[in-house]
Amino acid sequence: MHFAINGRSYDVELDIRTSLLDLLRDRLGLTGTKKGCDQGACGACTVLVHGERILSCLALAVQYQRREIMTIEGLGTPNALHPLQQGFIAHDGFQCGYCTPGQILSAVGLARELQNGVPSAVTANLTDDAVEVTADEVRERMSGNLCRCGAHNGIVEAVLEYLREPPETGAAR
Amino acid sequence: MTPFRYEKPADTAGAVEISRRAPAARYLAGGTNLVDLMRETIERPETLVDVSHLSGEIRDIDGGGLRIGAGVKNTAVAAHRSVRERYPLLTQAILSGASAQIRNMASVGGNIMQRTRCLYFYDDASRCNKREPGAGCDALQGFTRNHAILGGSASCVATHPSDMCVALAALDASVQLEGPRGARRSLNLTDLHRLPGNTPEIETGLQPGELITAVELHPNRFANRCSYRKVRDRASFAFALVSVAAALDLADDGSIREARLALGGVAHKPWRARTAEALLAGKQPAETQFRQAADAELSAARPLPHNAFKIELVKRVIVSSFVALAQRKEASA
Repeated sequence: MHFAINGRSYDVELDIRTSLLDLLRDRLGLTGTKKGCDQGACGACTVLVHGERILSCLALAVQYQRREIMTIEGLGTPNALHPLQQGFIAHDGFQCGYCTPGQILSAVGLARELQNGVPSAVTANLTDDAVEVTADEVRERMSGNLCRCGAHNGIVEAVLEYLREPPETGAAR
Repeated sequence: MTPFRYEKPADTAGAVEISRRAPAARYLAGGTNLVDLMRETIERPETLVDVSHLSGEIRDIDGGGLRIGAGVKNTAVAAHRSVRERYPLLTQAILSGASAQIRNMASVGGNIMQRTRCLYFYDDASRCNKREPGAGCDALQGFTRNHAILGGSASCVATHPSDMCVALAALDASVQLEGPRGARRSLNLTDLHRLPGNTPEIETGLQPGELITAVELHPNRFANRCSYRKVRDRASFAFALVSVAAALDLADDGSIREARLALGGVAHKPWRARTAEALLAGKQPAETQFRQAADAELSAARPLPHNAFKIELVKRVIVSSFVALAQRKEASA
């Protein structure tokens, strides 16, 4: 099977039952994506496919061939953090860090959904083109990512800051 | 997960043909329910027929109405301009379900075809008539807070978890099906799912091999007065304890020309509340009328040990939904 991940292409022989999550972690060594519940309840395995956030644990890898997949390894580097990564540090958006890659990629996907005018369950006026960025919107839109350390307040602050002050060009996206 | 053969047909006819021939075949779209159940070995298909790349468009129907391809993702439906303006009930319902990630994966057809389920269905240490017909149901003597209050049986009291389907039931949506040898038919969404009876393992009226290709929405007068309200144990990303899709069309004299009502979290299928609707037609939109209609609809409710609260809860949500809709200004949208 052929995969395009973080701008690199991979050819792997794969058991048809392999999830995208297990492909990333166990076969390709991309262990930044985390396995939390492995049943679609926690969001730790969130990755981007063509910029859209999905759960890699519920994804059969075979369905994601030749699509642009981005994991946390493709977002920033230790020397050039993505603004959200910096924001999570600045706002104490994590303790143990296990949910963090999923949280950050989820927030990147969230930003794109907002740009596209996708409403949420707390959006007051569904016919408006633009959605107002509020803490309630962020909480609702990040509800698929659980943090058992309870860093949600810091996460919301970091995401809000990122959404309200779009970074200058040059940051890895 | 048990081994399976994977097929990716070029079109819906090809998908139906593979499914007709292969024993124990299942259609696969977003996989958000099926893959999970396969990992638990509750679902053990021998062939997966990938339809995620098929039926992917939303378009207007001649004479009004909207056709939503079965392969369209839930997010794309909710965000579609025509859905938001003409069927905001559907947008609200979809957005109140699951999480953003799951809505990005899940298709319309898959949302409809997700299993009616409860925690005992998932727990292979429990008896479950759905998992193993005739085995018995441990939910009945178990923790029943989340189970059905309407239409349950001695075999099964699980609820259908879809929010989207509750809105589709209220909107009188029809589901387009393609079967073997090009046979096409249309089924009202409210007739697609079954009550459990003695065969809770059979959840829909689909024939072997039949594939959902689209959902069709008809023109309606409810866009300004409709709402989807969902009550759950946490504010987001949880199944409904109860949910209420309500819509009102008021005549010039202020009376109710037509009311629509469908309930979620209460039954093995999306529950279209036709008794209440019939009582409201032609009446003034007063709180007492709404309460009477809710009482009548729920008179058939049979609570289990831990979910009697749902009866009063859903009645109150029905009444408050309709009261708020009646008070809305004849508006802008």
